[in-house]
Amino acid sequence: MRQDTNMPTTETRDFAAGAASPAGENTAGAAVSIRGLAHSYAELRTIERLDLDVPAHGVLGLVGPSGCGKSTLLELIAGLQEPGRGEVEVGGAVDARGRLASCAFMPQRDMLLPWLSALDNAALGPRNRGVRRAEARRQAGQLFERFGLAGFERSAPAELSGGMRQRVAFLRTLIAGKPVLALDEPFASLDAITRAEMQEWLAGALATDPRTVVLVTHDVEEALYLCDRVAVLSARPAHVVDELSAPSPRSADRDEAVTHPEFVAARERAMRALHEGMR
Amino acid sequence: MKRWLLPALLIAALVAAWQIAASSGTLADLLSLEDFLVPSPAEIAEALWQSRSLLAENAWVTLQEVLLGFGCALLAGVAFAVAMHLSETLRLAFQPLIVASQTIPIVVIAPILVVWFGFGIGPTLAIIALICFFPITVNTLDGLRSVDPEATKMMRTLDASRGQILRRVEAPSALPYFFSGAKIAVAVAVIGAVFGELAAPDSGLGALIFRDMNQLETARAFAAVAVLSAMAIVLFAILALAERRIVTWR
Repeated sequence: MRQDTNMPTTETRDFAAGAASPAGENTAGAAVSIRGLAHSYAELRTIERLDLDVPAHGVLGLVGPSGCGKSTLLELIAGLQEPGRGEVEVGGAVDARGRLASCAFMPQRDMLLPWLSALDNAALGPRNRGVRRAEARRQAGQLFERFGLAGFERSAPAELSGGMRQRVAFLRTLIAGKPVLALDEPFASLDAITRAEMQEWLAGALATDPRTVVLVTHDVEEALYLCDRVAVLSARPAHVVDELSAPSPRSADRDEAVTHPEFVAARERAMRALHEGMR
Repeated sequence: MKRWLLPALLIAALVAAWQIAASSGTLADLLSLEDFLVPSPAEIAEALWQSRSLLAENAWVTLQEVLLGFGCALLAGVAFAVAMHLSETLRLAFQPLIVASQTIPIVVIAPILVVWFGFGIGPTLAIIALICFFPITVNTLDGLRSVDPEATKMMRTLDASRGQILRRVEAPSALPYFFSGAKIAVAVAVIGAVFGELAAPDSGLGALIFRDMNQLETARAFAAVAVLSAMAIVLFAILALAERRIVTWR
């Protein structure tokens, strides 16, 4: 079942099916397509002549220098902004409202609400759509079990470690039941070891529950490990310098995957493109 | 323990010093005053005990005024803060007026309020509500606006309506700010009650202080001030307690 993103409001969608499997029916693939995008912030040109395609269930990584407009691009895809010029299409919808209905956005910091338990934070999406609290908690509880958070349902966000908080934030994004996930440097705030762990965890989560993903990161290795394809963006105004496929298949073990000669070669190519884009 | 002991010790020391200075007559000599104008804490305590029913009666009147006036300011303040938060137009329109409301010299215009609202509780309520309104509104509005924009974006992509963002994100964020404003307001509310009662000295602790000062019943006037302070401290403590019970995440 393909999701109809042209529907004006999300309330009209059928969530009865989603209730049986929280990450179910609504998440059937949606593709992202960007054509001739240009965007400015006040006088500042942030994005210029940008074209990108992500097939349904594809995972695209966006890497680029700091302040190059990666986050803006993500907000444009998620329907939080309208583009200055060009077209951003998500699951057939070109208007911001339609894109918003198809995308769940995970901000850089976890943004867990300190007055809600971990479980209630994860259940925010269903709650916003009018699902009863008990039912929303049940849906979220299932995912807690599946993704190694069982036992932390009632914890306050402040009681969780950085990695745990990031997991809850990701589950909150997943439970929203949107076909497209927009992840903005989800692991940037974590230490190196936790980040490696979380990358493995996310790879596993996406393998069991495939979505169309746009992942913004400044870490080339993270992008190549987690994504099918990686677009290297230039400094402002951002455009695509190089677009490369990640080596495939990759080992599930992160250390093994990132030391594979093909992976190392891809990383070098991406780094070269990054340097080229800085000029 | 330390939380109670320190202020208790400080107050005890001050009272003791005052007692010695007043009962030995040094304080009156120093100020070149008659002794009865400088009551000692013991005399004040005596007045407190002897006039307990009179003080309680008037304290009850003042407490009602404070609670009613504060309650009105609470409702109006929160309503204004939310309206000004949701509408930029309203915010721009009302902000200068709300600041201006604080520049009204209440003591001077209190008699006019008496002419407008008549004797009785009316003018006092108006004064209390007017001075409580400002800290509540300004703090609550700041709190509503303090929300991280990233949190709002996250909620929008999770299908939240404007009302849901207000209820689930902005209102809880604003709670600590709201309590700060309410605590300031409740302390000044007591002063407002006294101003109101001075302009229309019918009953209440303010009216009693005014009468006693005129009749040189200084000890009882000081006793009334002590009751007034106690009232403010208790109201403040109730709000602080409520804050600790409600804002558990800080």
